[in-house]
Amino acid sequence: MEPRSRSFYVLAAFFTLFVVFLYGPVITIGILSFQGPKGGLTFPMNGVSIHWFYDLFEQQAVGDIWGSFRRSFALGLMVMSVTVVLSVMGGMAFRRKFRGSSVLFYLIIASLIVPSILVSLGVGLIFNILDMEVHWATSGFGSQLTWTLPFGLLIMFAVFNRFDKSYEEAARDLGASPWQTVRHVVLPIIAPMLIGVALFGFTLSYDEFARTLLTAGSYNTLPLEIFGMTTNVTSPVLYALGTLTTVFSFFIIGTFLTIVVVMRKRQASGGSDAGSGLV
Amino acid sequence: MKTTKKIDPSKRAERVSWMLVTPLACVLGFFLLLPILTIVTVSFWNFNEWSFFPDFILDNYVYHLTSAVTWATYLKTLKFMVLTWCFCAVIGFTVAYFLAFHVRSLPVQIALFLVCTIPFWTSNIIRMISWIPFLGRNGIANSSLISLGVIDEPLEWLLYSDFAVVLAFVHLYALFMVVPIFNTMMRIDKSLIEAARDAGASGLQILTNVIIPLAKPGIMIGSIFVVTLVMGDFITVRHMSGGQSASVGRIISNEIALLQYPAAAASSVVLLCTVLLMIGVMMRFVDIRKEL
Repeated sequence: MEPRSRSFYVLAAFFTLFVVFLYGPVITIGILSFQGPKGGLTFPMNGVSIHWFYDLFEQQAVGDIWGSFRRSFALGLMVMSVTVVLSVMGGMAFRRKFRGSSVLFYLIIASLIVPSILVSLGVGLIFNILDMEVHWATSGFGSQLTWTLPFGLLIMFAVFNRFDKSYEEAARDLGASPWQTVRHVVLPIIAPMLIGVALFGFTLSYDEFARTLLTAGSYNTLPLEIFGMTTNVTSPVLYALGTLTTVFSFFIIGTFLTIVVVMRKRQASGGSDAGSGLV
Repeated sequence: MKTTKKIDPSKRAERVSWMLVTPLACVLGFFLLLPILTIVTVSFWNFNEWSFFPDFILDNYVYHLTSAVTWATYLKTLKFMVLTWCFCAVIGFTVAYFLAFHVRSLPVQIALFLVCTIPFWTSNIIRMISWIPFLGRNGIANSSLISLGVIDEPLEWLLYSDFAVVLAFVHLYALFMVVPIFNTMMRIDKSLIEAARDAGASGLQILTNVIIPLAKPGIMIGSIFVVTLVMGDFITVRHMSGGQSASVGRIISNEIALLQYPAAAASSVVLLCTVLLMIGVMMRFVDIRKEL
């Protein structure tokens, strides 16, 4: 190995600064959420306490954040499941060309690049014109799918582009039916990537704001509730909530990543070479 | 299939594909295509203080396009977009370059890459709020600059300013550059770089003649993300400028707040055309299907 050049150290310093830039602010509000009861929105710390976390459990102080958390969590799970299933189905279909495939492909890309507020406005208008009531589980759910599905599908396209077809051919030669091939060969190989799609599905839904703004109806999701708070809450209780949801996000991300690592390990140690079909 | 009639296998495969994409097409049809068609339709409708109703008028467009505010706002939004794009491109490229070519072991590469992507999976609104203690009048930035003796009085333009808006955009969207550029760089054959070095190219020459041309698709994909996210934004601008700065997205969200749906629809159609035009130009430089 050649010795590290000077540019390595310059770039490493740049990278470190970037990571500080990414995480610094969040860590700051993490610290400030432990302000004493008389503390303000900025440093210096006026004592250390868990007063503001305690405040979160007082209904009057912050409104319905626990209700909105439950709704966001349920919605996240719904969006996640549908995103995983539809992305796998779509990914498999797109392995061959079919009539209409390029139209659908551009629709998927369009789903990414159409500004979120347009989806929100359009879905809101449809429900308004049809005289239906917007609700987070119907209109909100659909609007969020237009944001999570493209990510899920693009991941699946990338996965299947690198998929070694000889595994399926082997299964077919051994007499497996198409469904058996999918169930016992394809799905186990792509399973770790599906966890990735699930992670995208849940977290993007859980944090989505613009697409739910006009489509959630009278019951807010958590991001909408937090945004409402930013305009009228000026105490560190906002930071406490921010810290709590960020810790929750980190917990979810950690869980998913652990599942991926465990799956990979099991594939490697169990003598199974599932997954190595992906180059 | 119970029929005894022989079906052409390629036709059968096509049918299976269609069945697999039907739910997907339904979701995108009802929650993407139909909403856009509805917006286009409603943009020709009329409205009064309390309702909107079918009509065919061009007033919404005429009003939107002849208003000086609209043009000034587009200019402002473009300014935000260009600044954000420049910073994101430089930061994204540098970070991706470091990860792809200077970090030597794959597990470390993956770990550092994850460190860069994890914030993407957390709440944007919280990430915006978290700048308050840093940029505020008595925030960390001001107090440390004062104690260093660089300034005497706190800077007023740190929070609730255009500076704060661009800073937040870069903070939120730099990842959208890092990820695709890193992805294309990882696929550059290392022997190309060795060949260039053997042929006598300097480090800078390798960067400009080998790596940047090969990483261009990643740069384009990242740019598409950054451009569309900034052009359609209304929340970051509102929050970080303290309501003082305008953007095209904010025009729309204000019209929605005033229940002027046909006006909001016309503004949306103009915004959509602008974004599609920009993307159309950028797509000429990259074939997305090839990059997956």
